Amino acid sequence: MPPANATPAAPPPNAIEVRHLNFFYGQFQGLKDVSLDVVERKVTAFIGPSGCGKSTLLRTFNRMYSLYPGQRAEGEVSFYGENVLDGKQDLNLLRARIGMVFQKPTPFPMSVYDNIAFGVRLYENLSRSAMDDRVEWALTKAALWGEVKDKLKQSGLSLSGGQQQRLCIARSVAVKPSVLLLDEPTSALDPISTGKVEELVHELKKDYTIAIVTHNMQQAARVSDYTAYMYLGELIEYGETDHLFVNPRDKRTQDYITGRHG
Amino acid sequence: MNVHLSSQFDADLDAIRASLTRMGGLVEEQVRTAMGAFVGRDLSLIERVVAREAEVNALEVELDDACTHLIARRQPTAIDLRMVMGVGKVVTDLERIGDEAKKVAKAKRKLLERESDGAISNLVGLARLGEEVADMLNEVLDAFVRLDAGAAMRVVIRDQDIDRQFRAIFRQLVTYMMEDPRTISTALDVVFVAKSIERMGDHTKNIAEQVIYIAKGRDVRHLDLEAKEQGARGE
Repeated sequence: MPPANATPAAPPPNAIEVRHLNFFYGQFQGLKDVSLDVVERKVTAFIGPSGCGKSTLLRTFNRMYSLYPGQRAEGEVSFYGENVLDGKQDLNLLRARIGMVFQKPTPFPMSVYDNIAFGVRLYENLSRSAMDDRVEWALTKAALWGEVKDKLKQSGLSLSGGQQQRLCIARSVAVKPSVLLLDEPTSALDPISTGKVEELVHELKKDYTIAIVTHNMQQAARVSDYTAYMYLGELIEYGETDHLFVNPRDKRTQDYITGRHG
Repeated sequence: MNVHLSSQFDADLDAIRASLTRMGGLVEEQVRTAMGAFVGRDLSLIERVVAREAEVNALEVELDDACTHLIARRQPTAIDLRMVMGVGKVVTDLERIGDEAKKVAKAKRKLLERESDGAISNLVGLARLGEEVADMLNEVLDAFVRLDAGAAMRVVIRDQDIDRQFRAIFRQLVTYMMEDPRTISTALDVVFVAKSIERMGDHTKNIAEQVIYIAKGRDVRHLDLEAKEQGARGE
């Protein structure tokens, strides 16, 4: 018997709840009736072979797809109760709250400092010193401050690939989002830089909800709390990473993660 | 099961399975030889068991090494991971069974040195107990090869019978000792041999539990029998 004063721990809330999501690239259906919860302040990894829909799913979370004509989503993607797919959403605000980092580092062709400050200025009117503080804070969060604090005036493009990617993460973090979407964030990086980004993911999840798409299964196993395996637009299996990599329920998941022919 | 994209991965796993089967076969033979040595009069059997112990030990080290290398090179997941982790534990149990077999053989040597033929062991059915454990070991190795959790579960259940028989033999031996104190030293040796056989049964049961883990992903160690059965059904 538990002690009388023990209250059962409430399950952590969900940052994003996906319900019966279908996604179309013109005639082609990229996602088929996907439903899952992205838990707050946890790392959720999406794995699966190329074309399985994992990046497509990630791009519905902040409606990145709506940049492209002919792409449409049906169903519901609820971000703390608000349906992201609802046309009334302010996309700029949405993307400030759900930041995204892409496969290839995409620093702006401006100084390291301005790479961070640029996005912040869009949403906030900070004094000079407050902006200095914010830049330092974001670069520190992204574990980059020590490496660039003497190079703030240099172009962001002069940094190494791994530093550029952490600069992009710092840029996303600077506007204080609640969710970070990482789409293959380390596939262009060497193992040391990859390790730094993974360490960063581990640090950031104290404050942020993180969804990461990766081709690297070992990376998913290393960094995530939950893993979703997708195949041909369907969510095949979704569960705790510890469970999925040791004892997957679905044979298709097992074949994929053990590297067997399907 | 489907083959891996990497045929070398399949070859590595096959090699581990083959070595484990070989080690298991060798240990089973050690058990049968040791029992033959204990109840019979063929002294060469004792020496054979003692000599072959080194082979068992070498296979244990070789298999542990192969598992470590597979983890380092392949980062196995799911059933492959459970196989590698399971094999790592199975080799330990097999090696211990080998140790117990050696103890049985050496106990016979000790009896002979004291010019006691250990005939008392024939009275209490020790040979049959040893035979049964060797059969269980054979069954569990077969279950391992086929990843048959149901067959492994039958071995787990059979071990309870071994434990019961051990307690019965123990009581019988105590009775002999009370009736005739001259039998005490021999009977004590026979008690130790019976205990060795009972331990072999326990190790065999441990192996069966690993087979259930590998096949079904359910860790059934230290659970009650009903929960073990559920695990073996993958529930």
